[in-house]
Amino acid sequence: MNQPILEIRDLKRNFGKKIALDGVSLSIPTGGVFGLIGGNGAGKTTLLKHTLGLLSAQSGSVRIFGLDPVADPVGALSRIGYLSENRDLPDWMRIHQLISYTRAFYPNWDPEYAETLRRDFELDPNAFVKTLSRGQRARAGLLVALAHRPDLLILDEPSSGLDPVVRRDILGAIIRTIADEGRTVLFSSHLLDEVERVADRIAILHQGRIQLCAPMEQVRSGHKRVQLRLSSSVSHFPPGGIWIGGEGSRHDWSMVAEAEIEAIREAVSLLNADILSIEPMSLDDIFVARTAGKALVAGGKS
Amino acid sequence: MHIHISTQDGVPIYLQIVRQVKHQIASGILVSGQELPSIRDLAEKLLVNPNTVARAYRELETVGLVEKRRTAGTFVAEGLSPLARREKLRMLSERMDGLLAEAHQMQVPLSDLIDLLNQRAKAFPQNSSIQNPENHAS
Repeated sequence: MNQPILEIRDLKRNFGKKIALDGVSLSIPTGGVFGLIGGNGAGKTTLLKHTLGLLSAQSGSVRIFGLDPVADPVGALSRIGYLSENRDLPDWMRIHQLISYTRAFYPNWDPEYAETLRRDFELDPNAFVKTLSRGQRARAGLLVALAHRPDLLILDEPSSGLDPVVRRDILGAIIRTIADEGRTVLFSSHLLDEVERVADRIAILHQGRIQLCAPMEQVRSGHKRVQLRLSSSVSHFPPGGIWIGGEGSRHDWSMVAEAEIEAIREAVSLLNADILSIEPMSLDDIFVARTAGKALVAGGKS
Repeated sequence: MHIHISTQDGVPIYLQIVRQVKHQIASGILVSGQELPSIRDLAEKLLVNPNTVARAYRELETVGLVEKRRTAGTFVAEGLSPLARREKLRMLSERMDGLLAEAHQMQVPLSDLIDLLNQRAKAFPQNSSIQNPENHAS
């Protein structure tokens, strides 16, 4: 496509003895929606904070728009809109104060767009941030993240804990942002339904490592659930090869394969087994297989 | 245009859009010359990535079911009937493949399946929606 908007190389981060990021490398192209998925404590927020320069790399490097966000925070942050997981906003401000306060930081602030968003989101200009409901607080955070029309919109768990109406607003904002030529969205989520809807590319972060990073379509078409029947009973499924997880007993196994149909047929015929069915998988199932199913192949892939 | 997206059954979203538009053309809900929503509007309505909608529209254009008009938008293609019939048969074939696979999995032989299909057809309320809706070409 074109040059990456974000390039992370071998990023490592410990908090005391806890390893939060264990050698993360990630390249995010300009344009489109990138979904970062992972369970609680996988390291998503820590990774996003590095891209914003809120944390500096202990080892490895982070480049955003080709800049080091720690060395050049103004250059980087002026082109980013950010909604944090905790939506930390100044509680003592009124909405109109929050808007004019934030505006002062961004030369590209679009007051008309800010006003449109404020009305769409039904935010009362005189309400104190402190008194906002969860949903209204998320909308206020989204407004100040969007109104300078950032090149890169970063959202950390934008929908968590929100009702469906506010989630619609957030997904709608993501879609409108990239529908405007050339802009990029990076968002983290554990709600895989929405990731599947809006992301062009995804990365799965698990225990501080990237397990998988690919275009959504490739992730979807590259994983299949295979029901098969072995000719002889086994207590453990032979690990490795195309199989990344699964379960079953004796003759009957339900396996997750990372392969195209041809390769699956070949692998199954080598096992002297019959294929009962080959089915596509939802992103949800793929995620579970990639993160929880590790034990099964531990001996196979190393 | 009403389209329902599900992320549970593993069918890619662009394919769900393609199938439902095809279905609506085949069943006469969408008619020749009718304008489809813009990519952006449909993406916002379905809450899916605009590239996904664009891909679905491209696919529909490739098989000749819709046409892009310069500067205007995307429209259901003119004079669709013969193609619509072929599409209908193809859609049914897809459904049948699924049925055959399921029958195989449950070890129901083909002859039983055909008998069952005949039985169901007899039980089906004849005069309601099973008429052929092909004559809408005007």
